[in-house]
Amino acid sequence: MTYSLRRQGLVLAGTLGTLLLASWPAAAQQPAAPLPPGSPLIGRPDTAGAQKLAPVPAPPLAAAADKLPVDKIKAPKGFKVEVYASGMPNARSLTLGDKGTVFVGSRLQDKVYAIVDKGGKREVKIIASGLYRPNGVAFKNGTLYIMELSQLSKIDKIEDNLDNPPKPTVILDGLPKDEAHGWKYIAIGPDNKLYFEIGQPCNNCLPPEGYATMRRVNLDGTGLETIAQGVRNTVGFDWHPTSKELYFTDNSRDWMSEDLPNDELNRMTKVGQHFGSPFCYQGNLPDQEFGWGRKCEEFVPPVALLGPHTAALGMKFYTGNSFPAKYRNNILIARHGSWNKTNKLGGDVILVNIKKDGTAGPIEPFLTGFLENNTYVGRPVDVMVMKDGSILVSDDWNGAVWRVSYGSARTAGAR
Amino acid sequence: MRSLAVGAILAGLAAVPLHAQSLDSRLPTCFACHGENGTSQLPDTPSLGAQTAFYSMVQLLMFRDKLRVTEPMNEMAKGLTDDELRKAGDVISKLPPPVPVADNPDPARMERARAISTQNRCNFCHQSNYQGQDNVPRLAGQREDYLLKAMRGYKDNSRRGYDAQMSEVVYGMKDEDFVELAYFLARQK
Repeated sequence: MTYSLRRQGLVLAGTLGTLLLASWPAAAQQPAAPLPPGSPLIGRPDTAGAQKLAPVPAPPLAAAADKLPVDKIKAPKGFKVEVYASGMPNARSLTLGDKGTVFVGSRLQDKVYAIVDKGGKREVKIIASGLYRPNGVAFKNGTLYIMELSQLSKIDKIEDNLDNPPKPTVILDGLPKDEAHGWKYIAIGPDNKLYFEIGQPCNNCLPPEGYATMRRVNLDGTGLETIAQGVRNTVGFDWHPTSKELYFTDNSRDWMSEDLPNDELNRMTKVGQHFGSPFCYQGNLPDQEFGWGRKCEEFVPPVALLGPHTAALGMKFYTGNSFPAKYRNNILIARHGSWNKTNKLGGDVILVNIKKDGTAGPIEPFLTGFLENNTYVGRPVDVMVMKDGSILVSDDWNGAVWRVSYGSARTAGAR
Repeated sequence: MRSLAVGAILAGLAAVPLHAQSLDSRLPTCFACHGENGTSQLPDTPSLGAQTAFYSMVQLLMFRDKLRVTEPMNEMAKGLTDDELRKAGDVISKLPPPVPVADNPDPARMERARAISTQNRCNFCHQSNYQGQDNVPRLAGQREDYLLKAMRGYKDNSRRGYDAQMSEVVYGMKDEDFVELAYFLARQK
């Protein structure tokens, strides 16, 4: 305890020293001046080790169907992994239409794709283009909802018009245009409202009013309200099948350390809760800058820690019937994988067991092999349960969607 | 002399619409503006020489699919196949690097810019010699006016990046920072 206090004191003294130095005239080889407020680089160390960690750029073109790393992706015994569809550059969030169409959003493309299954043969169509970061997709009662960087739109009766879809109609606009953590995941809750987040527009800063909040809105774009605070960047959420409580992943800050803080799995038990960012991460780690004068006890702690810098994104409770019973009502989470970490972590789908009281039990690997020799051969983004009990996993590295099924004959093809 | 050459090339190409041409037949048109050997002499038009293949391919893809809107590049990239995009990236990466501005740089400005670069960690992703890597472009020896235009574009969101990195970085920066950085980078080998 004494030791850690002294260390914190040293860190503070070091920071003050840097501030003093920076006010003197610049000279070569001086420590770098403090970063401007809101810079994403705040906290990024000025060391050779950190210098090597540039963002890992996603391939802009989809991998050819015969080049997909299908033999490298591993699932537990009894499961089968296959390509569901390919040729969709930057395939991101998934949602399922009433008639079986799979809709796929993208972040670095302008497109929303539709995968149509015709007797086991799948066709990919582009059903919307010219959009800006259309990462979020959701479906309800025949209508497809699309969330771009700063606006929400919809296409009614989309599955009747896949070959000639009308342009999306905007139902909510004027959201912030900040690029940092600005792309959005959406999902429609048991209350029939559409949920999304306004991410923290920086790596680590005091977010301006209204940022780092989760919101929900009626399906006609009215009734916008804030339901949670202190959420840095969630790109995946789902509701417990019986308790109907909202569970969501959250990406913790960069550049604190190679191994801290962990990304989080959170559980919202009432509207208005604060989940800690930027004051406290992973429920027990006060931020080096914003944690002073605050206590982690002020905030709702996560129910599970999902690894440092692993980029936990899309998640779903497994509600299908074809996987073994141990999967039922537990959570499958896609971890996109780290970039600002020397030895990469994540790049997989994990299973988080949820106990009867809603807290989390053990975490185990489910789908692995996307990370090979510290290099990505694929990067999972979102998870979706199909009607036949199989799951789909999107992969924005390959521009593909994977299908994972259990058993052989029973799950081959749609039921 | 030069504009005559450009005119002749454009006239020669006019018979076949550009978007119906292969990459090879389009390349002379590219170098008409971006300069022989990829060192640009035209205002606001970037030099291409020694640019990273990945970055060039991504930018051409963004022009082709209108993710990045800039005439005449959207027209130039229209109809290129994915393979041609890859090939164009490779061709560009093998051109000689642009020759940096050779004057007697103002030491005070160079020093200020170096401090701004260090402060904002430009030298991390773009590398300490500003040669770039993968999707992070080479900046060394780039045209000063183009560098300034690009940074201002990221700041006012008129220049759309492939990912959000540059918008994030310039979020808190000032215009005078961009002016100094462009001066400095155009003078790096």
